[in-house]
Amino acid sequence: MTETIRWTAAETASAIADGKVTAVEVAQAHLDRIEAVDAKVHAFLHVDADGALAAAKAVDDARARGDRLGPLAGVPLALKDVFTTKGVPTTCGSKMLDGWKPPYDATLTRRLKDAGVVILGKTNMDEFAMGSSTENSAYGPTGNPWDPSRVPGGSGGGSAAAIASFQAPLAIGTDTGGSIRQPAALTGTVGVKPTYGGVSRYGLVAFSSSLDQGGPCARTVLDAALLHEAIAGHDPLDSTSIDAPVPNVVEAARSGSVKGLRIGVVKEFAGEGYQAGVLARFAEAVELLRELGAEIVEISCPNFTYAMPAYYLIAPSEASSNLARFDAMRYGLRVGDDGEHSAEEVMSLTREAGFGAEVKRRIMLGTYALSSGYYDAYYGQAQKVRTLITRDFEAAFGQVDVLVSPTTPTTAFPIGERADDPMAMYLADLCTIPSNLAGNAAMSLPCGLADEDGLPVGLQIIAPAMADDRLYRVGAAVEAAYLSRWGAPLLDRAPAL
Amino acid sequence: MSTTSLMSYEDALETYDPVMGLEVHVELGTATKMFCGCSTEFGAEPNSQVCPTCLGMPGALPVVNAVAVESAIRIGLALNCNIAEWCRFARKNYFYPDMPKNFQTSQYDEPIAFEGYLDVQVEGKTWRVEIERAHMEEDTGKSLHMGGATGRIHGADYSLLDYNRCGIPLIEIVTKPIEGAGELAPLVAKAYVAELRELIRALGVSEARMELGQMRCDANLSLRPKGREKFGTRSETKNVNSLRSVERAIRFEIQRHATVLTDGGTIVQETRHFHEDDGSTTAGRIKEEAEDYRYFPEPDLVPVAPSREWVEELRATLPELPSLRRARLQAEWGVNDFEMQSMVNAGVLDVILATIDAGAHADAARKWWLGELSRRANERGVEVATLPITAAQVARVAALVESGELNDKLARQVIDGVLAGEGEPDAVVEARGLKVVSDDSALGAAVDEAIAANAGIADKIRGGKVQAVGALVGAVMKTTRGQADAARVRELILERLGVS
Repeated sequence: MTETIRWTAAETASAIADGKVTAVEVAQAHLDRIEAVDAKVHAFLHVDADGALAAAKAVDDARARGDRLGPLAGVPLALKDVFTTKGVPTTCGSKMLDGWKPPYDATLTRRLKDAGVVILGKTNMDEFAMGSSTENSAYGPTGNPWDPSRVPGGSGGGSAAAIASFQAPLAIGTDTGGSIRQPAALTGTVGVKPTYGGVSRYGLVAFSSSLDQGGPCARTVLDAALLHEAIAGHDPLDSTSIDAPVPNVVEAARSGSVKGLRIGVVKEFAGEGYQAGVLARFAEAVELLRELGAEIVEISCPNFTYAMPAYYLIAPSEASSNLARFDAMRYGLRVGDDGEHSAEEVMSLTREAGFGAEVKRRIMLGTYALSSGYYDAYYGQAQKVRTLITRDFEAAFGQVDVLVSPTTPTTAFPIGERADDPMAMYLADLCTIPSNLAGNAAMSLPCGLADEDGLPVGLQIIAPAMADDRLYRVGAAVEAAYLSRWGAPLLDRAPAL
Repeated sequence: MSTTSLMSYEDALETYDPVMGLEVHVELGTATKMFCGCSTEFGAEPNSQVCPTCLGMPGALPVVNAVAVESAIRIGLALNCNIAEWCRFARKNYFYPDMPKNFQTSQYDEPIAFEGYLDVQVEGKTWRVEIERAHMEEDTGKSLHMGGATGRIHGADYSLLDYNRCGIPLIEIVTKPIEGAGELAPLVAKAYVAELRELIRALGVSEARMELGQMRCDANLSLRPKGREKFGTRSETKNVNSLRSVERAIRFEIQRHATVLTDGGTIVQETRHFHEDDGSTTAGRIKEEAEDYRYFPEPDLVPVAPSREWVEELRATLPELPSLRRARLQAEWGVNDFEMQSMVNAGVLDVILATIDAGAHADAARKWWLGELSRRANERGVEVATLPITAAQVARVAALVESGELNDKLARQVIDGVLAGEGEPDAVVEARGLKVVSDDSALGAAVDEAIAANAGIADKIRGGKVQAVGALVGAVMKTTRGQADAARVRELILERLGVS
């Protein structure tokens, strides 16, 4: 069954639908792969073998009954541990939620189950999605399948590593400042941050409510589109969910083309801090787009310079409030409940023991930024910057159909290298943050390996809000061109684990 | 501070000018909670009306209850407020175990309704209480502190949490500072809360029963020396939960502040608890610095933007407002201001109207509810409207009195029976044998006996002093334990004495 795990999601679904393989066989092959390699990668925090096999069997039973199967029926998936799963542990990479089994499914979880997707387990992440390396997980870091001594990016390092190491063909991530796209870039996979409001946040444990967005992780653009379609769409349980038809992303992924498109290169995304090999691969990608028939336009988005500071005020502010609920009263960790301590002390002791350093740092930042007397200077000012960035995008999309940039300034860095330097870590999200602040859609897909270290480089495509289909149209064209240039998918060049 | 060492109310008002601010929370009577589909029914098993959203479970999200928004707008309109064209919810951040998210979803600088007023009657004069704002928010859960003597958290062995109330929609109505009321301040406060309660009930958005916590008042008070403009330091007396308590709490705080200030002390800005038993307040949490709630716009909700068309539609559905209805009824019934105000304060207008609808004369309906039944309610410490007697039952008692089958004394006994759960008025009359005796044969012996025992009086009557008959009627009533038909007794006595 070694071939099975290398199939795309689309291939897997049609093999199951055609009866060439059963969903249970597919699930088992992936569970075996997890068993074989995850000790080296540590992509999963929790593997739900029984649940996966039962879900797979349900798909096989449905097929035996002659039911029509959906486009992802029986396809295994790795779910970021930030979405609630009824009765299955959900930790968000934090000790705070160690052992918590949610009493309800997230809307996204529900939709995956309804689509017949087989959830293999929950993937590792930076604690409460705060980080860019997955080193902030309370359960230990995840290794990059290209080199396990390096980070897979973050916060969704587990999801990206799971698909890059063929433990699952599909995964779900969440992107608050780049947590889907940056790990995709570092692992040579495809990751999409849908338009804010495109995928329900009900059951997504909030980091920063106005920025968080769930989205697909896959090895191909088409697979990402199939997953995108399965999870997107209006949800009455999420007030910020968009009540409009989902852009036809699957159709776009099947008809990739950039002919006649105007594509903008954001000139602010270059310069100091960018690795030479990343800039070289990006320049080639721009050249490729031109060869494929796109018109390349240089675009300036002057306010993007302020995206990082604005982000590090808005996200921690919302986080300081969102994470207040972890107080030991109703679920999760409880420390100091010995009859000697008051409720207030128990709350305090629990939060001291349960949160890691980065989470505490952001709670303090956010608490400060929202404080009386500082609100206008910090949170208020950051919201103004947010408006300016949104206007920069509007102006840019007045001139071009999509924007492109490197996804992240460098390739995968060694585990531990930036662990003590938050500012260096924060720079990993320089190119991805503006889209979170503006709420538009963006994708990262592989554009080669950097010469100096042989590690994957990501190309970011940015589309206006509600034009997610453009990502897939452009992405599919780029992917096809690279495939013919390279002769094989980039991941085939990753060393064996 | 004991009540005995306080400066007298009159002395306090000699020197100081009170300024009040009233914050009233009203629980809306919507079927479901503010941000989730859980039931709001009162009195259910603890923690049986909860879901991931109102328990603040990780990942759960709020969705605004449209009926609550509608109710908020109607309240705003009835209070002569402007209705925001666009407003947001905000998070009020603080830690407390009965608030699952450790923030309350409320409104901050963008309330749904603002800048209004409510006119209230105090001692025959109209007072305009200006409204600063009315905003929407969610209620918290309830903490029950067990094992201590006071029921407060200090000294308790452990606490129980009930989240059924958590997320019930609240409207908080905040007045602007109420200045210049002087010695009438406590009455203005009481009249304002009473009027607001009438208004809320007339709108049908809440039963506003204070004893159930459906309407709760926080009373802010400060004093300033007469003639000075700058406000003094205020205290905030929390959860003052009856009309009478509102009046008493303000009165106590005026005396307390005056005593402290006159002694050269300073008033501490703090919250205070009101004690129903002796009408005093004691210090609660001290606000050492202005509490920092770190308000920011709620990112999980989209702004509320009621269209002007909708607002006008809602304005058109407003019922006759209580002040207008009162003016109409006062004219119809021909009662004076004082009597009208008594009915309002007792909260009996609706039951009186229902009793009239059930067939009673207006006079009789007013008499029973404002007199006997109000007295019973006071004895029980409940609101009159909640007594276990219906308007129809009161109407029936009135009808029995009207027809002469009961006199007032017997009618009171019938009401006793109904309140004691003995059934309908007729059943109580039957069971307790309370019919007025007007049968001549039954009364004859008692009349003869009274005449024989009071020969002197009888002679006077025979001699033409007919007004003396009252003494003999009284004697007969006494021997018949009040059940005799007094009018018939009078006739019989005069007949026997050959006067008629």
